[in-house]
Amino acid sequence: MDALLLPLIVACPLLAAGLLFMSAGRMPPLPTCVIGAGSVGLSALMAAMLATGFLRTPPPAGALHATLWSWMQVEGFNTRIAFTLDPLSLVMMLVVTGVGFLIQLYAYGYMHDDPGIARFFGCMTLFVAAMLVLVFSSDLLSLYIGWEGVGICSYLLIGFWHTDTANVAAARKAFIVTRIGDAALLCGLLLLATRAGTLDIPALLHIAATRPADLSAETAAFLLLGGAVAKSAQVPLQTWLPDAMAGPTPVSALIHAATMVTAGVYLIARLHPLFASVPAAMTAVTIIGLVTLLLAAGSALVQTDIKRILAYSTMSQIGYMFLALGAGAWQAAIFHLVTHAFFKALLFMAAGAIILRVHHRQDIYQMGGLARAMPGVFVAFLAGAAALAGLPLLTAGFYSKEMILQGAWHAAPLLWAGALLGAFATAIYIFRCLFIVFFGTRHTEPHGRTGATMAMPLACLAVLALTGGWMEMPDAIAPVHLLSHLLSPLFGAPMPEGPTWLLWAGSLVPLAGVGVAWLLWRPRIQTRAPPEDALARLARAGWDFDTLYDVLIIHPFVTLGRLNQTDICDRLSNATAATARAGGRMLGRMQSGQVRRYAGWIAAGTVVALCLGARP
Amino acid sequence: MIALPSLVLLPAAGGLAAWLSDRGPPARHLPWWIAIATILSQTLLLLFVTCTAGWSSGPWLAHFSMPWIPALGIAARMDMDGLSLVLLWLTTILSFPCVILSARDVGERPGLFHLLLLATIAGINGVFLATDLFLFFFFWELMLVPMYVLILQWGHEDRRRAAIKFFLFTQGSGLLMLVAILGLVILHQHATGVVTFDYFALADTPLMPTAAMVLMLGFFIAFAVKLPVVPLHVWLPDTHTQAPTAGSVLLAGILLKTGGYGLIRFVVLQFPDATARFTPVALAMGAAGILYGAWLSLAQDDMKRLIAYSSVSHLGFVLLGVFSGSAMGMRGAVVQMVAHGLSTGALFVIAGSLQDRLHTRDMRRMGGLWQALPHLSSIGLFFAIASLGLPGMGNFVGEFLVLLATWRISPPIAILGAAGLVLSAVYSLTMVGRAFLGSPHAGQDTDQTPPPADFGARQMTVLGLTMALLLVLGTYPQPVLDLSLPATPHAAPEMEAIHP
Repeated sequence: MDALLLPLIVACPLLAAGLLFMSAGRMPPLPTCVIGAGSVGLSALMAAMLATGFLRTPPPAGALHATLWSWMQVEGFNTRIAFTLDPLSLVMMLVVTGVGFLIQLYAYGYMHDDPGIARFFGCMTLFVAAMLVLVFSSDLLSLYIGWEGVGICSYLLIGFWHTDTANVAAARKAFIVTRIGDAALLCGLLLLATRAGTLDIPALLHIAATRPADLSAETAAFLLLGGAVAKSAQVPLQTWLPDAMAGPTPVSALIHAATMVTAGVYLIARLHPLFASVPAAMTAVTIIGLVTLLLAAGSALVQTDIKRILAYSTMSQIGYMFLALGAGAWQAAIFHLVTHAFFKALLFMAAGAIILRVHHRQDIYQMGGLARAMPGVFVAFLAGAAALAGLPLLTAGFYSKEMILQGAWHAAPLLWAGALLGAFATAIYIFRCLFIVFFGTRHTEPHGRTGATMAMPLACLAVLALTGGWMEMPDAIAPVHLLSHLLSPLFGAPMPEGPTWLLWAGSLVPLAGVGVAWLLWRPRIQTRAPPEDALARLARAGWDFDTLYDVLIIHPFVTLGRLNQTDICDRLSNATAATARAGGRMLGRMQSGQVRRYAGWIAAGTVVALCLGARP
Repeated sequence: MIALPSLVLLPAAGGLAAWLSDRGPPARHLPWWIAIATILSQTLLLLFVTCTAGWSSGPWLAHFSMPWIPALGIAARMDMDGLSLVLLWLTTILSFPCVILSARDVGERPGLFHLLLLATIAGINGVFLATDLFLFFFFWELMLVPMYVLILQWGHEDRRRAAIKFFLFTQGSGLLMLVAILGLVILHQHATGVVTFDYFALADTPLMPTAAMVLMLGFFIAFAVKLPVVPLHVWLPDTHTQAPTAGSVLLAGILLKTGGYGLIRFVVLQFPDATARFTPVALAMGAAGILYGAWLSLAQDDMKRLIAYSSVSHLGFVLLGVFSGSAMGMRGAVVQMVAHGLSTGALFVIAGSLQDRLHTRDMRRMGGLWQALPHLSSIGLFFAIASLGLPGMGNFVGEFLVLLATWRISPPIAILGAAGLVLSAVYSLTMVGRAFLGSPHAGQDTDQTPPPADFGARQMTVLGLTMALLLVLGTYPQPVLDLSLPATPHAAPEMEAIHP
């Protein structure tokens, strides 16, 4: 019965997406939303049922399997469409369907008067289905279906308002940059499949655990890492995420904060024995995570667009998850993934509510003083900001970030210091945003009110962003270890906790960050212009990775392509034809019809022949 | 089995009927209806062939033989294996979009148009069935000439040049193949004293390595021009761009596949040793084709040229698969051919429909078409996504298996092929972005003229079915994979069935 539920959870949004696309926009908004949000809600309901059953009576082998059909079966290679529910996919499933459902509800309030609403909900539900395929798959190749599927949905949704060329370009950029990673991932799959003859995850992990890591295992780990880096917007393939904010805000909340961008974290966690056996890859993961979290936090400090602040913040937080993965603190990474899904979706949705009411403006310097005009949204945003900053005890973000800091301490104190610096910057940039948007003088008069379909998900997520961290606490506060207990069959026992002063440092640094933000941007002295020095401009432009890639790769490639538009091979063949034609014309000129000239040729020929004949 | 030659004769007869029907009193769309009836009965016939095939009697499923010119050892011999069957189905399925969507309003002399279209289809069916090399060559030419006339008569602005280029390239390479066939026959006669054009007999000819290499190259070049392989692809962009829509669909969807089919049947299986020695060159050419085609594709402004270069890129995978030396690569190549036929055929239908409506193929003059043509644009988006190889659609299965088979013999080549997948995303999405998305082009005089008509039920049904086929091929490719392994010439069908 439970194994039957597993494909149903995927089929529900998939069928809804098919239905919505078939309707071709002829359905009124309300039924469209009922189908879209309803199907995801139904999935969430089934997921909850499945989860309760799973937790109450765990299946014999610790996982549920559902093999659907054999996908490709050829000599020496075999792959199936098969789903598995184990503790890791259970957690992911609950996040995807639960947060997904709340965002779908919110999306109705956000999008209900858009003419393309059927297309919107079609893509959103298709996205949920693809994400679930990614999470459930027990075969890397069927995981790849979900992996690319979420990518194409992201493309369709970033470019949802497609009459604006900038949105289309942003969508294309997002897909192509992630596709570079996907190609690396595919090469990794080819390598693994050649080595093992299968892409079945348990079989691959068994090989990784039993066979010592050789060159091909190392290469495979790095290739898979390439895919994860692109999908999760980590340095150096992070440039697509800030531009992806061109999509509607619910899309940013669902795809570019809560679910799709964390797919890279999920992939590494899923294949953790493979990575753990390759120390170089683990180091690379750590360094990528640390560099991204610091660079992105630096960029977030100087952004002026509220959605871009959150986008850089997402990159930075996923950097934390990568750091945890690289340090071997698998549970911490997944824990932060979950709490981040709550508070970042909340922040995006609160930002969306603000944007709707200030005439689609996104510049924080054009907002200001909104706390009194929209107290509910303010409270929600405050809850999200507190969780993101990791304010101690009260918020979910505190517990998950604390766990990561502990893991980093165990790996290397220097990593811990870097992560702490990041936490300091996080608290500063998000409270800078909060102070500028909600306090001080009002620059734009808000209109309308936030409807119930938008307020309800905000309230739910605000509660989750505050209390969601209580499932896992340091022993110094309370010995609660629900999540790491659940995940321990996969990841083994969690790391022992460090000294208590670590906990103090982790609690005080965010508070200090909030204090600094208050000093710099408190209502009275709120500076009304973003900093304009060279460093700030560089950080605002995302450290100019875009320019670098433009100059180094895109520009030469496109220019050369343009130069060769007519195809050099083709010109060669045309030149042959032209030569033949010219030669023919030249010979044809001899046939002039003038008897005198013919006679001259005959005479000349005779003379030459006589000379040749007379020589010997 | 008499049904095999009927697969050739039926379209030819239907074409003649369509032509004759045009000579009488003018009846609206009568040749078109006759063509539809012809391909419908061809479908039934192929269904009958599939059902009555000898599934249990080995890899060769059906055969037919009849003496033709006994003095020279030439027979009208046809044999069908799984590979032929798959490609015959592809031909039959693609005839529907060809005839239903693009041949209805063809303008002057519709009878002749349908005759040529169906004659080409007859020739293609023959190519996929013939196992007598002389007969094979006959069909090879048969599919060429009508296509030449189609382009010359109904093509676009630069059709004369394109048609001549097409004819010269394919005819010239066909002559090389004829020489190679004759060489093989003569060598076979020297060795055994028997003059025969029979594929099964010739495949067993003992050959010196050099002779085998030379003969193999004769065949290879002919098929490489058709497939096409860089740098022999130069006829393709011009021809595809200038051909009428039905011609482009037929060319890209099926005619190119005869090249892949020939490579499998008459190069790899007939000269296995020479093929093995030639493999490094062929793999390099395949990777070059994938990258070069994709690179040029994204520099194009003409939509049909863009799709044509994307074909060059996609068929590079077929070359890789065929020469990967494993059954897996061969199967992947066949799936890739089928998926490419469906997706690129549909893209040409869309480009043709756009040209009918906007009178241009220049993407600089398009943009923002989604508002005016939502159905056409969304279908275009679907096939562009299929063509960039999204998993779950047929193209991915083909590309993945080919790359996996290639990785086993040469990881660097496989990595280059995978890089082609990035470029395919670039050109596909660039096409979608430039044509369908964005703001409507300033030069489009949408205010004066009535807006162009969107796809109606007829187009949506046919293309919707094509979409469904691509999805099925992508998620459940096993039937095609099982069928697609070619039967070897050394396991000839039992002799009493051949000489009744």
